[in-house]
Amino acid sequence: MKLLLVGEYREGRLLDTTAELLGFAAAISGDASLFLVGSAEAVPAFSGTLYLADAKVYGEYNPEVHKQLLLKAVQEENPDLVVFVHSSYGWDLAPRVAASLKLAQVSEVIGFAGNAYEVGCCNAKMHRNVTPLTSKAVITIQAGAFPALQVEGTPSVKVLSTDAASTTEFMGYEPAEARDVNLAKAEIVVSAGRGIGKKENIELIRSLAKAFGGELGASRPVVDAGWIDHGHQVGSTGQTVTPKLYVACGISGSIQHLAGMKKSGFILAINKDKDAPIGEVADVLVVADLLQFVPALTAKLS
Amino acid sequence: MKILVCIKQVPDMESHFRPNGSATWFDESDLAFRMNEYDEYAVEEAVRLKEQLGGAPEITVLSIGPDRVIEAIKKALAIGCDCAVHIKEPDVASKEPWQIASMIAAYARSKQFDLVFTGMQSQDRGSAQVGVLVAELLGIPSTTTLVGFAWADGVVTATRELEGGVKSKVRLKTPALVTCQLGLNSPRYPTLPNIMKARKKEITTLQAGELSSEKPLTGSAAFRHPEKRGSGVVLEGSVDELVEKVLVILKDKTAVLR
Ligand SMILES: Cc1cc2nc3c(=O)[nH]c(=O)nc-3n(C[C@H](O)[C@H](O)[C@H](O)COP(=O)(O)OP(=O)(O)OC[C@H]3O[C@@H](n4cnc5c(N)ncnc54)[C@H](O)[C@@H]3O)c2cc1C
Ligand SMILES: Cc1cc2nc3c(=O)[nH]c(=O)nc-3n(C[C@H](O)[C@H](O)[C@H](O)COP(=O)(O)OP(=O)(O)OC[C@H]3O[C@@H](n4cnc5c(N)ncnc54)[C@H](O)[C@@H]3O)c2cc1C
Repeated sequence: MKLLLVGEYREGRLLDTTAELLGFAAAISGDASLFLVGSAEAVPAFSGTLYLADAKVYGEYNPEVHKQLLLKAVQEENPDLVVFVHSSYGWDLAPRVAASLKLAQVSEVIGFAGNAYEVGCCNAKMHRNVTPLTSKAVITIQAGAFPALQVEGTPSVKVLSTDAASTTEFMGYEPAEARDVNLAKAEIVVSAGRGIGKKENIELIRSLAKAFGGELGASRPVVDAGWIDHGHQVGSTGQTVTPKLYVACGISGSIQHLAGMKKSGFILAINKDKDAPIGEVADVLVVADLLQFVPALTAKLS
Repeated sequence: MKILVCIKQVPDMESHFRPNGSATWFDESDLAFRMNEYDEYAVEEAVRLKEQLGGAPEITVLSIGPDRVIEAIKKALAIGCDCAVHIKEPDVASKEPWQIASMIAAYARSKQFDLVFTGMQSQDRGSAQVGVLVAELLGIPSTTTLVGFAWADGVVTATRELEGGVKSKVRLKTPALVTCQLGLNSPRYPTLPNIMKARKKEITTLQAGELSSEKPLTGSAAFRHPEKRGSGVVLEGSVDELVEKVLVILKDKTAVLR
């Protein structure tokens, strides 16, 4: 199978996720070429064809122009599968390419069997298999689903260019906010999820964190609702933590939350829903109402 | 100014899901449905823009699905959308993103919307495709994953969320489409007077077949609970028992309790 992998480049750097695309290509035993709007000075190591366009000319985020460049590479390479990472770059660009070519798109792939791609659904509670009904297809792979692969070699570079007009004007990046809490170094993190129900109940989780001698973390809805500030957020758009003990209180276990905590040493989850996907990674899932269980545990600890 | 907001109705994610007969998707019976969370931010942002412009823009809310989606449409009307389109499809066979997008584009093509708001993804399928596909089919610029939105003089300034807390700012000229991310704003709750007022707002019903006869581009099978990967234990029982058990396990398995 011929694959065209779509690499990512941001703030002057080739992103590490490009190695995950190579990992996917190896897993599916595909014959890979790579597309990148990046720089000739940061060419990824691999042997194959690299379709390269210059980010200094075409921008790092410039969807209409990147689409036209990628369509040129597709035309030349004629791949069976165009593969993106399911990221802010990939989920933005993939449907544009799929629409132009009228190809099936399968989003956030975590596995495959024959022509069927495994994906999660219903907030990761369920899985299903999606089969493209077109002869070629576009897919995005879930970040972290396929192990990164470092390969050697020097690609043969084909330089792409276009005079397509841009439809968006890129204004610049805003760096991540400075954090007043450093969860990354904590040995114990106790996190509050939407299951706490209301702002006042943060105190229950804070007390448990204190009783454990740990730091307070949170899932995104708790931050978005303004119950606690962003510095406490764990996940793909928050902090990544690897404490010895992670306690998830009323957190369902979405993929974006898991991305930030699944490497913790020991995971204790408290959830009233036995099916909650946090059970996938938890060492212990306590099926209980956290409003009763958490204060009882806190009392025993202190 | 004319604004379109696309909303999907999805099951409550805390439901217990069971596969339907052919395991292509879930069995709908016993499920409670609500507005897709991402779309609540889309509706709120559209209504805020209307308020900013002194009520001038007209907001149409659109949803595709069986009659149950009218519930979600009514909520959007109560929050401040002006009128609604229900694209009805009696066939409950599931539609995939390409078909949904084709229907929305077919409806919107002649209507000259200046701005289209969608969610960045749905909570149940999560393809993150429909918004961008609609923009491509309409041939208008689009950008995704908004955590900030501003409009002035026909230009949208969008703040996109990237990975690890980094954001970027992008400008695009209208007509344009944007997809909304969690946390873009604080969606309001509909008030009782507004719920009453919404009852008088018009809901136009269209048949899906009149808009698009696109064939699906993907097939779905084997909807299932994922195989348990970890070796985790599930504890159930009274709170006191649970606390005892958890403490024993933590003392045994972790070095953090002494
Ligand atoms: C691009 C992107 C980036 C994202 N980044 C992040 C991120 O960095 N971090 C993050 O966390 N999320 C992130 N999200 C959001 C993520 O998809 C989920 O929406 C979010 O993690 C859900 O948070 P939650 O588990 O607290 O809430 P929910 O999914 O609503 O789960 C609440 C849980 O609480 C349980 N519960 C309810 N009441 C009780 C009770 N009384 N006792 C016990 N249990 C109870 C329920 O059974 C449920 O499982 C991101 C999403 C996107 C699209
Ligand atoms: C007759 C009929 C029956 C259906 N039956 C099922 C079913 O049994 N099971 C099922 O899961 N789905 C069903 N659907 C809906 C359809 O499967 C999904 O809407 C479609 O697959 C979009 O994929 P997504 O949810 O991943 O969208 P995403 O691309 O993740 O959604 C992004 C955004 O697109 C917009 N959007 C998505 N879907 C709709 C919609 N329906 N109406 C308006 N705006 C929308 C929203 O703004 C949403 O935030 C049915 C649709 C029809 C017409």
